Amino acid sequence: MDKKHGKQSISFAAPPAMTATATVAGPMEGDGLLGGQFDRILEDNLAGQDSWEKSEAAMLEWAIRTAVARGGTLADIDFILAGDLLNQLMSAHFAVRGLGRPFLGLYGACSTMAESLLIGAILIDGGFASRVAVGVSSHHDAAERQYRYPTEQGVQRPPLAQWTVTGAGSAVLTQGGAGPKVTAATVGKVVDAGLKDVNAMGPAMAPAAADTLWHHLQDFGRQPGYYDIILTGDLGQIGKKLLIQLMQEKGVDIAANYEDCGLMIYRDDQDPHAGASGCAASALVLCAHAYPLLVIGRLKRILLIGTGSLHSTTSYQQKESIPCIAHAVAIEA
Amino acid sequence: MPASDGSEGQQEFQKWYQAQFNQVKPKPPIVKNALWAFVVGGLICTFGQVILNYFLGLGLSMKEAAGPTSAVLIFLAALFTGLGVYDELGRYAGAGSIVPITGFANSIVAPAMEFKREGYVFGLGAKMFVIAGPVIVYGLVTAFVIGLIYWLRH
Repeated sequence: MDKKHGKQSISFAAPPAMTATATVAGPMEGDGLLGGQFDRILEDNLAGQDSWEKSEAAMLEWAIRTAVARGGTLADIDFILAGDLLNQLMSAHFAVRGLGRPFLGLYGACSTMAESLLIGAILIDGGFASRVAVGVSSHHDAAERQYRYPTEQGVQRPPLAQWTVTGAGSAVLTQGGAGPKVTAATVGKVVDAGLKDVNAMGPAMAPAAADTLWHHLQDFGRQPGYYDIILTGDLGQIGKKLLIQLMQEKGVDIAANYEDCGLMIYRDDQDPHAGASGCAASALVLCAHAYPLLVIGRLKRILLIGTGSLHSTTSYQQKESIPCIAHAVAIEA
Repeated sequence: MPASDGSEGQQEFQKWYQAQFNQVKPKPPIVKNALWAFVVGGLICTFGQVILNYFLGLGLSMKEAAGPTSAVLIFLAALFTGLGVYDELGRYAGAGSIVPITGFANSIVAPAMEFKREGYVFGLGAKMFVIAGPVIVYGLVTAFVIGLIYWLRH
């Protein structure tokens, strides 16, 4: 048990390396803050497919194939770990259908990128695999129609609402190898702060992020300053504010080196309301933005805290509050 | 701050957090939204009046002109939903474009367009009324109750 730290954390004896990443984004994301950093930008949200769901699956398949091709072949991949937001992980299952590699589907809502990195690193450090490909996707239109309204419905979004990112990101983890290393992780608990407003997903997730971050710092005896940047997945403007407050209540000041991936995708004039959300929010920021900075050494240590809101359309129609989760993964150059 | 994990103190935490959330929750711009709704809703109704006057001018009675007027408005709302314009309008106008009959048309055409991919029967046919269905159900219930009151009083 020497790899387990404190109550919820683990560290890796031989930290797996992130040897490659790949990203693909929708046109709105391509026009946003990270536009120049994506490997591929779709011309429209359908990208030649006949449904948004197929478009999402095609993006995820492309991202995984592209990441894997950067320094290897599919045949070398021991396991693929992937997930998305659609019912029964439709995008992930259809994306890997043609890849012919052993696959484990993961659902952690928008925390899935962190969750898949965490489990991928465990597989490698545990000696069960030497190469693992992870990937996640989300699609604005496919998510809207599953969780909210038809996209052509003339509804007014409240200022709290966030915009689901269209995109997919993938990374390859290997035993040894060159690249930033996944050194430690903290597995989150399901935290229910009692919020019921499904437009308030960022605020609902902030307590889960605070719980995971707090335990991460406790379990390793670290200060927030240990990391160059702490990135949460998709808390948005209000969730970010609440997380800073929650950590302040615990006596930890994170304001100096904390940012939310949900605020790094869109420009304000793209009118995303409270920010971006979706599995792809953290995946795009990590794979297209933070990863290259880690590779060139501009960033030395980052903590990615994937945040997921685990409600379903059934649960909120039954007036349940929103259970949330957050997983943290430390990546060091 | 109460503890956020474990059942003990969970309710206290939720109460405390709801209060924290309410403090930072952004308020919708009510005045701006109401102005947009007033102007757009008003314009749609004024346009409806123009169409009605046209039909009246053709010599139709008030009762006869109501049907074709609604049909024209519904057709235009369906067309603009299909062109991807109506949802953009709704984003700003809110209730102003939902309450008139055009909003009702939009709420039927939008799911119909979207669920066509699941086929004409269980997709388009079944999902077309996901939003308009409740409006029809409770519209009928209300009409029935009002009718009952009217019948009892006369």
